[in-house]
Amino acid sequence: MTAILEVDALDVRHGLLQAVRQVSFEVAEGETLALVGANGAGKTTLLRAIAGAHRPAGGRISFEGRDITSLAAHRRVKRGIALVPEGRRLFPNLTVEENLRVSTAARRSGAWTVDAVLEAFPLLQSLRHKRAASLSGGEQQATAIGRALMTNPRLLLLDEVSLGLAPVVVEAVYRSLGALIEGGATIVLVEQDLARAMGVADRVVCMLEGRIVLEGPRGGLTREQVTEAYFGLRRGATA
Amino acid sequence: MTWVSAVVHGILLGGIYALLASGLALMFGVMRIINLAHGSLALIGAYMAFLFTEHVHVSTYLALAAVLPGALVVGYVLQRTMLERSLRAGQLVPLLTTFGLLIVIANLLQYFFSPDVHSLDEGSIGTASWRVSSSLSIPWFDVLTFGVAVVVLGGLQLVLRFTQLGRELRATAEDADTAELVGINARSVYARATAIAVATAALAGVFYGMRSSFDPNAGAAQLLYAFEAVVIGGIGSLWGTLGGGIVLGVAQAVGAQINPEYFALSGHLVFLAVLVARTAMQAGGIRLTLRGVG
Repeated sequence: MTAILEVDALDVRHGLLQAVRQVSFEVAEGETLALVGANGAGKTTLLRAIAGAHRPAGGRISFEGRDITSLAAHRRVKRGIALVPEGRRLFPNLTVEENLRVSTAARRSGAWTVDAVLEAFPLLQSLRHKRAASLSGGEQQATAIGRALMTNPRLLLLDEVSLGLAPVVVEAVYRSLGALIEGGATIVLVEQDLARAMGVADRVVCMLEGRIVLEGPRGGLTREQVTEAYFGLRRGATA
Repeated sequence: MTWVSAVVHGILLGGIYALLASGLALMFGVMRIINLAHGSLALIGAYMAFLFTEHVHVSTYLALAAVLPGALVVGYVLQRTMLERSLRAGQLVPLLTTFGLLIVIANLLQYFFSPDVHSLDEGSIGTASWRVSSSLSIPWFDVLTFGVAVVVLGGLQLVLRFTQLGRELRATAEDADTAELVGINARSVYARATAIAVATAALAGVFYGMRSSFDPNAGAAQLLYAFEAVVIGGIGSLWGTLGGGIVLGVAQAVGAQINPEYFALSGHLVFLAVLVARTAMQAGGIRLTLRGVG
């Protein structure tokens, strides 16, 4: 399969702190890649750099064969990259429907419309005119995923979608993601829950202190290998 | 003039303040910029209309057809060339930048138009009024100004509520970084907001110029009234701005009814009273919260 996203020797800094160091990987079209790692491993920074929210200090990001390293975030959305940010980051005073419609600024046509999102996330149907600030965590997460889908992305970046949600809500969110994955979506998923990440991903990349310390296909990695890499007990392995 | 007459005239006077304040409220609401040059930009509108009426010999109302598109362009360019850079440098810099702009505009107007006062012709409507009683007559021009303010504020409200531009403006106002991540070009949104704000300022400036005479230094006073209307009405709220303009206008008219010298002073006192009351309420809210937590 051809790579839709190529990250090559990427460095990202937060002031003096280097959050991502020489990270390189590829994501094939239709693939689901899970980025796992402990807090502070650089997963969120890496995802935000791909989305254009952080300017890299070095390296290269290519999307569909074109260099997007210096492209503004809104232009990347227009190219087909959508991020569901950590903490949802909805627009609190906009209604659910307005939060969805605002993404039409990307002007990308496709199957995802307000009605399609409400069909995919039935819990939002009765909430479409409610302000986002009044929603529960699960409802906000569904809205955030729907908002990203409204840009009709070619690549969906999901950052900690299960964070702070009740287990039953996490189940519902992952069921929706399962439907997206079955539909052939290309997804890069940041997740701290190893079991969940390894349950949905085709390939797993484990990060530690800003570096990739383990990567391989889901079937080629054992839970123990990933756990060891996650906690820094094993470095520099590729399955 | 009776008290009823003072209140009615004050309400209508509030229209011009609300019209001027609407752009100020929009810019603050979307970009958190207090544009100290807002009154001066309104004056540019008035002077441009003056140029058209003097040299092209069209009515002031027809001159608006050229002034308003020009103001949209000026606003857009102003944001992209000057305010955008200052916004990146922190909250204080836009304040200093627009203060500098206020001074530059006043001096440029003085250079090109002289320090003399000018005025704009309001047409036959300027002398027409509706005589309600022996002590109360309502000038049609004041009603027109108030109506224009309601239409502009209502129009802005509709745009914000029901259009994609409105959703983009509100989303960017709430979280510009996230707005970028859903495909909104925040810089373009800011520029469009400034364009609209400057156009409403120019419109207000033209109506102000028809209502009374103006000179190159009148911008600062107009800014003060607009700022007071925004604060009284609740910062960032468009309908609140209309309410704030009306409260300010009524305060001034009632003050002038007591003594003509109290016209401006009474407005400032009401502004201060609202500011103190709001601060006290906020402080009370904090105490309440702390008690709730404790």
